[in-house]
Amino acid sequence: MVSRMLPLLILAALWEGLTRGGLLRPEALPPLDRVVLRWLAFVVQGDLWPHLGASLWRQAAGFLLSVVVGTGLGIGMARFPSLQSFCEPLLALTYPIPKQALIPVFMIWLGIGHASKIAVIFMGCLIPIVISAFHGARGVDPYLIWSATNLGTSRRRLWWRLIVPAALPDILSGIRIALSLSFILLVTSEILAARAGLGYLSFFLGESGAYEEMFAVVLTVILLGYAADRAYHRLMHRLLVWHRM
Amino acid sequence: MVRLRRTLSNSYSVLLLFLVWEGISRAGLVHPFLLPAPTAICLKLVHLLVHGDLGQHLIVSLWRTGLSFIVAVAIAVPLGLAMAHIRLVRWFCEPIIAVGFPTPKIVFLQILILWFGFQDLPKIVMAAVEGIFPIVSATYLGALGVDRYLLWSARSMGTAGSRLLWKVTLPATLPQIMSGVQIALPICFIVIFVTEMLMGGGGLGDAMMLAQRFADSEGVFVGIVMVSALGYAAMRGVACLRHALLRWHPETQEWHA
Repeated sequence: MVSRMLPLLILAALWEGLTRGGLLRPEALPPLDRVVLRWLAFVVQGDLWPHLGASLWRQAAGFLLSVVVGTGLGIGMARFPSLQSFCEPLLALTYPIPKQALIPVFMIWLGIGHASKIAVIFMGCLIPIVISAFHGARGVDPYLIWSATNLGTSRRRLWWRLIVPAALPDILSGIRIALSLSFILLVTSEILAARAGLGYLSFFLGESGAYEEMFAVVLTVILLGYAADRAYHRLMHRLLVWHRM
Repeated sequence: MVRLRRTLSNSYSVLLLFLVWEGISRAGLVHPFLLPAPTAICLKLVHLLVHGDLGQHLIVSLWRTGLSFIVAVAIAVPLGLAMAHIRLVRWFCEPIIAVGFPTPKIVFLQILILWFGFQDLPKIVMAAVEGIFPIVSATYLGALGVDRYLLWSARSMGTAGSRLLWKVTLPATLPQIMSGVQIALPICFIVIFVTEMLMGGGGLGDAMMLAQRFADSEGVFVGIVMVSALGYAAMRGVACLRHALLRWHPETQEWHA
């Protein structure tokens, strides 16, 4: 584990060395130890918490909502052909829209508080989840379905006991894409217009010239995104122990 | 005619969406500031293209995208190949990519502004950085998976060094490289658009945010239409490029069969 992460430590040492050695001006790249100290001060004095809380609430609300709705809709589309023929063209239409471009519209509709960010994250995460759930549920091995039906599984049970579990690997990998997308949309929407949140805080600090603090916030966001992805990866492995990954 | 009818009946929901949308805003159920009618948006789009400066913004966004994309490919493909063949490079880059890939890199924009100023450079660097990740990981995985027998037979017939790279490894990795490129080009375009939204300085994203600031909802929707259409065109364009570059590959042969 340590040797795997050694390159990152080397980068950090390089950062520290270059700035301490005077090769880079501290305004351009503040020394890492000072950034870390700022970060600790942020945490201890509690200035970071309201922003972290606002960001996490927006991300969690939009993301979880899209997981629930997206999985349901995707599986529903696989189950009911009429729903599929209704939704598929709409998905094809909305798929190429970069969801960041919707931020100004949601700002017009919902203001610059929590609601517009949650809506943007929800919309952005929805489509990859729907598509992967749909393809997962559609792509179940027909032999499995035939054997189950032959053995007397009812149609309802078939969906819950066979098709949803068999689609789970696809659903979970779609959700993983959505997870990293949710952080991108969160940060972008907070930079564009907000009064709280990590994205807002990093831009505000940058514009006021507090670069050490800004780097501390940027590192927080990077760590947050990475930690969420790792945690999700763990969860995926646990849910799919029965599946050949 | 039959085809037209089939297309219409297949996409009735889209038609329905636009009809309801048009009806709602024409009937005044929703204020046109909140939801301008689709026809009004189309007219505005044509008007801005012909009389406004939308064309100029478009060109600005496109050249930024093109440059950032070229930079991304020029860095990512050699890096991916090096990661597959040189252990030290792999050891060094793998954790950086593992951490960098899932994180929201747009948060670096403020740092890039600090380093590169307010003009084109931070936008192009940001888009190139975002484009590098999918190409590097696709190239790396592709080059790792090159058929050993291909390499062995080429070697036994006396191919070595850079010829092996150019004649065997690179063509054999090309399908995966193109998969990465297909993801990266729309990403570069979207990131350019987003940086323009966040920083201004011309381009489609800037034009859209200006429209929003002047409470010109039609202009905002024109921005969405433009960026979606161009993103779609970029996706189709790279798909065609893939087809042309991989004419010799079994996947294209199958396509034709």
